[in-house]
Amino acid sequence: MTAEFPRVAPEEFPKRVNVGRRVFIGLAALGALGVAFGNSVQNFVGSAVGSGLGGLLPGGDRFRIYSITGAFPKITRDKYRLKVSGLVDQPTTFTLAELQSMPKTSFTKAFQCVTGWRVPDVHWEGVKLSDILDRVGVQSSAVAVSFDSYDNADTESLTLDQAHLPDVIVAYSMLGAPVTTEHGGPVRLYVAPMFGYKSLKWLSGIRVVDSVEVGFWEQNGYPINGWLDGTTGPNNPDPELT
Amino acid sequence: MTLTQTPARSLRVLRFDRVQRGAHWANALLFFTLMFTAIPLYFGSFFGIVMPRHVIEMIHLWTGLALPLPIIVSLIGPWGKAMRHDVRRINYWTRDEIRWLRSAGKTKLESDKFNPGQKLNSIFIGASILVMLVTGAMLQWFRFFPVPWRSGATFVHDVFAYAVFFVVFGHIVMALTHREALRSIFKGWVNRSWAERYAPRWLREERLDDVGP
Repeated sequence: MTAEFPRVAPEEFPKRVNVGRRVFIGLAALGALGVAFGNSVQNFVGSAVGSGLGGLLPGGDRFRIYSITGAFPKITRDKYRLKVSGLVDQPTTFTLAELQSMPKTSFTKAFQCVTGWRVPDVHWEGVKLSDILDRVGVQSSAVAVSFDSYDNADTESLTLDQAHLPDVIVAYSMLGAPVTTEHGGPVRLYVAPMFGYKSLKWLSGIRVVDSVEVGFWEQNGYPINGWLDGTTGPNNPDPELT
Repeated sequence: MTLTQTPARSLRVLRFDRVQRGAHWANALLFFTLMFTAIPLYFGSFFGIVMPRHVIEMIHLWTGLALPLPIIVSLIGPWGKAMRHDVRRINYWTRDEIRWLRSAGKTKLESDKFNPGQKLNSIFIGASILVMLVTGAMLQWFRFFPVPWRSGATFVHDVFAYAVFFVVFGHIVMALTHREALRSIFKGWVNRSWAERYAPRWLREERLDDVGP
């Protein structure tokens, strides 16, 4: 090599191989391919090796834990209360045991965050929100349902129609075990047909109201109706709300 | 290109000028901030101890947006001559360097200012800045992208983050075990004897013995 490149000046560099540029472009192209097809690859790998193993892969199938306040409200299972109030015939406060004694609904569905991460095959168990609403008796002037959290920060809302969907539940079990504190336990909302931010954690209160109250994430710019498919949804003819 | 103006000037060779050292440490500071804030954002159970998630998110976002600045600022303008020169050195490889890398360091090599491993490190860091910036922006301004792309961007951002942790860790281990090279990113110079051993081709091609004050 000494003979081949005696005292090479910078302008003679191009005689060599521009490995740097190639590797750089190659890595950038990998990144672009990953953005375009990473979702499909992940779904394929997840279904091939099972979501348990899939969760171990970087980026794959894992929950990102959010909290607005930066802390997790800790409520023991004994002390937990769900207060249902507003335009109802019988304002009621439920204990966890009372919720668990009501008809049980369980299903397995993915948890999809609006920012992109997704956890497939999450097992959920709880009470249909519609069962709770039927129990307390919704008055005819009611239009929407508002939700409050034990973190005193998060709020959510659903129209009455949305609240009656069969896969909108007040969940006390998740991933085959009682809902953990970081996932919003002992009791959280799970709105299966919508993005994760609609599934309020540490559910403390359900208020039946006469207009849709804009929730925390919606005040921060997220769609009021967070339908997963990005449409206006089966029960919402008003595109303005999406 | 130049020698430092020490009495024993012929014994010391400038490896990184002020602009390069400044760019390196600004870049390192941004990387560390991003990596430290990434941990609680990725592993949820870590956060909430020091500050709320949205504060960590804001730090991560603004640090990320600033990430390309040290390299861009150090490359452009009249002060970026040494930087641009080194980028060319990192870009152009001899056949020997490619062979050396393929054989995992077993073939003989008259080493350049940076060996192929060091070159790969900087190429990777450069590319990861671009990839992390683009995918990070997609995660922040997700409304403009379809949901599968958001998932893909999350995937890429995570995979590259894993790689960055791995590479930065390796970079630090190598730096701590090569003290003379490490000193040059603080003080700029290396001993000529070091360059003769670790970067002979650089010494020869740059005519480092011919120029200088």
